[in-house]
Amino acid sequence: MLEVRNLRKEFGDFVAVDEVTFSLPAQGSLAIVGESGSGKTTTARMIAGLETPSGGHIAVAGAEPAPGRPRSRARRARGRQIQMVFQDPYSSLDRHQRVGDAVAEAVALHQDLPAVRRRARVAELLDLVGLDDRQARSLPKALSGGQRQRVAIARALAAEPRVLILDEAIAALDVSIQAQILALLARLRTETGTALLFITHDLGAVRYVSEEVLVMQAGRVVEHGPVATVLDDPQAPYTRRLIDSIPKPGWKPRRRGDKGAD
Amino acid sequence: MTTAPLTRTTTGRTKRTRPRDRLTLGAGCVVALFVLLAVFGPLLAPHDPNAVDPVNVYAGPSATHLLGTDDTGRDLLSRLIAGTRASLAAPAVVVVVSTVLGTLLALTAAWSGGWLDRLVSGALDIVFGFPGLIMAVLVAAVFGAGLTAPVVALSIAYLPLITRVVRAAAIKERNLPYVSALQLLGAPTARIWLRHLLPNLLPLVLVQATIGFGYALLDVAAISFLGLGDQPPDPEWGLMVSNGAPSILSGLPQQSLYAGIAILIVVVAFNLLGTGLSRRLLGENA
Repeated sequence: MLEVRNLRKEFGDFVAVDEVTFSLPAQGSLAIVGESGSGKTTTARMIAGLETPSGGHIAVAGAEPAPGRPRSRARRARGRQIQMVFQDPYSSLDRHQRVGDAVAEAVALHQDLPAVRRRARVAELLDLVGLDDRQARSLPKALSGGQRQRVAIARALAAEPRVLILDEAIAALDVSIQAQILALLARLRTETGTALLFITHDLGAVRYVSEEVLVMQAGRVVEHGPVATVLDDPQAPYTRRLIDSIPKPGWKPRRRGDKGAD
Repeated sequence: MTTAPLTRTTTGRTKRTRPRDRLTLGAGCVVALFVLLAVFGPLLAPHDPNAVDPVNVYAGPSATHLLGTDDTGRDLLSRLIAGTRASLAAPAVVVVVSTVLGTLLALTAAWSGGWLDRLVSGALDIVFGFPGLIMAVLVAAVFGAGLTAPVVALSIAYLPLITRVVRAAAIKERNLPYVSALQLLGAPTARIWLRHLLPNLLPLVLVQATIGFGYALLDVAAISFLGLGDQPPDPEWGLMVSNGAPSILSGLPQQSLYAGIAILIVVVAFNLLGTGLSRRLLGENA
């Protein structure tokens, strides 16, 4: 479904993403993990088309996007291939737009439905992420971070994308909602074949959401493999450090700079 | 323009801002009054503002002439009222033209970024370097007296004022994830501009335009005072200040004084309204 080959991004002299290669099959679920600044979000933004790669190839369902500024129609077509849920739920919604209208706008862009059926579709999408009618009529500021994130997920799902990128999008949710959203995403995968690309720094959650994991450090892929293998028998020292920093029973927080921490 | 802090309760906010809100409301009423005068002024004036009365020159306040008369016996109150339109219309044109053009320019620059943004910013810096009033005076001197040339010159001179502020806000807005989300959904650029960016920038544009109006009124009045704008016998306020100037030394400052006070009231009212709106619409520290 998604093929990424030798992807590269430079900002001036700084190489943010260096020769990243991976593929994501239909119904697949891949997690890219790494600390802040490891290049994982830049990778996601390039795949979504929000950032122009300095080099390499990205193909969705076998087709590479045409170079240059795409026309509106081409962008909508691409929107049905890839959608992205952003890290910050506070600014990923227009603060002057009722959240139901935001979802309706997304639906209207992708499905030519009469008003009644469009409303039904919006209600269905909001129901999928566990939001009710009253919340749909609210402005973003009346909703919690987790609720806003769910609106953003519903909006992304309105395009019925084949690949859904979630950039740290689950971390902001309550634990109970997290489980609900993860279950929803799992169902989506099996029912519609949507492939999921998780961008996260949380190795602990990766086990529950992905089959495959890609560990990035300083723009490079340091480890890539099935989740169980990577988590239980990490090869790269960086991966081992990341795994060691997952809080577990007996874990004591240590200050940054103490030996072994961070 | 982020969300309000959670600690601030509704009641707390009303309590704290009430006196300032009252001031803003007062300023708004004064502005509204003058706008009404500008629209209906000629109908409301008790006398013909240009009717000369050689017997009653420099008359003091009386029942027939509430503010007295000027050097040719014209009723000062009627002239002030009738002059509201001329005094407010020119700055209004300046503000509307520079605001509309400036906002479009700011959005275009912020949206495209790159060389276009640098070009717009550079050009605006050059315009900003010219003193607007001097430019307007120069243009009037070249093209002859009359308001058209100075209004065009001032509209250009006021462009950087609005464009710079709106451009900075538009860049910030444009980089918010919700705009990226709309782009990913394939929303047409025109839709993103009209339905999302412009409505979110509108409060800022409104505040800038309101504050700019006060300055524009002063500049237009100054041009008329210099004899380069509206021409006699029009009852424009700047012109009235200059008309009354010779008699000030004779102890008859009424004409200049009243016209000056009218200018002062309108400028202060627009400034207060602008800062009040800014506080209401953009938050305390905007």
